[in-house]
Amino acid sequence: MSNDLGPSFANAVNLNLTPAAAQETTPGTSDDAVHDVVIVGSGPAGYTAAIYAARADLKPIVIAGSVTAGGELMNTTDVENYPGFIEGIMGPDLMTNMQQQAERFGADIRFEDVTSVELDGEIKTVTIEDGTVLRTRTVIMATGSAYRKLGLPNEERLSGHGVSWCATCDGFFFKEQNIAVVGGGDSAIEEATFLTKFASKVTLIHRRDSFRASEIMQQRAFDDPKIEILWNKAVKDIHGEAKVESLTLEDTVTGETSELDITGLFVAIGSDPRVDLVKDQLDLTVDGTIAVDGRSSTTSVPGVFAAGDVVDATYRQAITAAGSGCVAAIDVEHYLAALDS
Amino acid sequence: MSAAKDVTDANFQAEVLENSKPTIVDFWAEWCGPCRQLGPVLDAMAAEYADNIDVVKVNVDDNPAIASKYGITSIPAVYLFANGEVAKTSIGAKPKSALEKEFADYLTPSA
Repeated sequence: MSNDLGPSFANAVNLNLTPAAAQETTPGTSDDAVHDVVIVGSGPAGYTAAIYAARADLKPIVIAGSVTAGGELMNTTDVENYPGFIEGIMGPDLMTNMQQQAERFGADIRFEDVTSVELDGEIKTVTIEDGTVLRTRTVIMATGSAYRKLGLPNEERLSGHGVSWCATCDGFFFKEQNIAVVGGGDSAIEEATFLTKFASKVTLIHRRDSFRASEIMQQRAFDDPKIEILWNKAVKDIHGEAKVESLTLEDTVTGETSELDITGLFVAIGSDPRVDLVKDQLDLTVDGTIAVDGRSSTTSVPGVFAAGDVVDATYRQAITAAGSGCVAAIDVEHYLAALDS
Repeated sequence: MSAAKDVTDANFQAEVLENSKPTIVDFWAEWCGPCRQLGPVLDAMAAEYADNIDVVKVNVDDNPAIASKYGITSIPAVYLFANGEVAKTSIGAKPKSALEKEFADYLTPSA
């Protein structure tokens, strides 16, 4: 994926730099130890795996990402469906809590990016951007997913000039303006609802005639006088010289095109599993997620486990990611116990 | 957010546009999660390239005039000013290596 565009979380831990060169410039940074487990990623899956692995005395190292630590929830406001928080909790607070909980049990959390992994053999290596090469008996991949783009030529050009992937970051700039959100899932409706705090009108554009979002979220959109829903419409083009001025929409049923004048477009059309680091080393599913065995986190390579959105094309919730991170840590524990017995 | 010096609508002209050194401006806000994550990255760059560039930050909430003048609609937005003009822009929180690549022309003395 591209690293030159706005959505910060799309840049995560997979910058494909030159690890070999980086190693040469920083000699002596690799430790000699062979660690029990290195966890790549720091969303709910990564941090939950770290909590469990640390409590199992596996002394996990978490490569959390230099600007992506905490994962996708760092871009959200209220998380209302994570069990245990009666009034909800702010996404960034939830992730800071998980980080501190993992640290309390001794997880070694590093705010660095992984440049490459070597997963074959009994000892795997994880190379991080400062050149450090970590040797480890197991790896948990919890790299999550990256925001999907519309794939339109003007989308990139107008990114930061009216095209946005982060309502919580950028809603402020659209006070009393007429803007649009494209998408039909929970995150699209959450963004649309959030944006009504600022915008005079939010048009929710969806290419089907019903939402994938949960009932409670849908009802919020239907009840909101500032939200207008355009069904069966796809964004075909984004117009504007210095900033976004209008969209061309195509009716997905009739094929008719129409124009919509707006000053901002928030893209919330889902996300793709972030598998760049491992796609040549691990089996993937048809959905592009890392393939795991049944309900376990076991991948196609022994000693390599995967958890969270990177294995999940279906549920993709904070709580399912956290549960999946727990599974991965326990799988690691069993794997290491079997090796050592 | 970074530990960089705060620049405001009032002193932007003097601190940025009239600065003899190329100046990276970090447009940020309290409510912006990625801005908080980008802060330490810019601090590290400020320290490492202190001879060649200055790094300052503008809180867009408190200083709407500057943000609006430069058409900021996404943050974090990292703008590099040289000789009073916008020379380079980068949108979103990115790792240090990515920013170094984008701003490479201004980070070495020979540029």
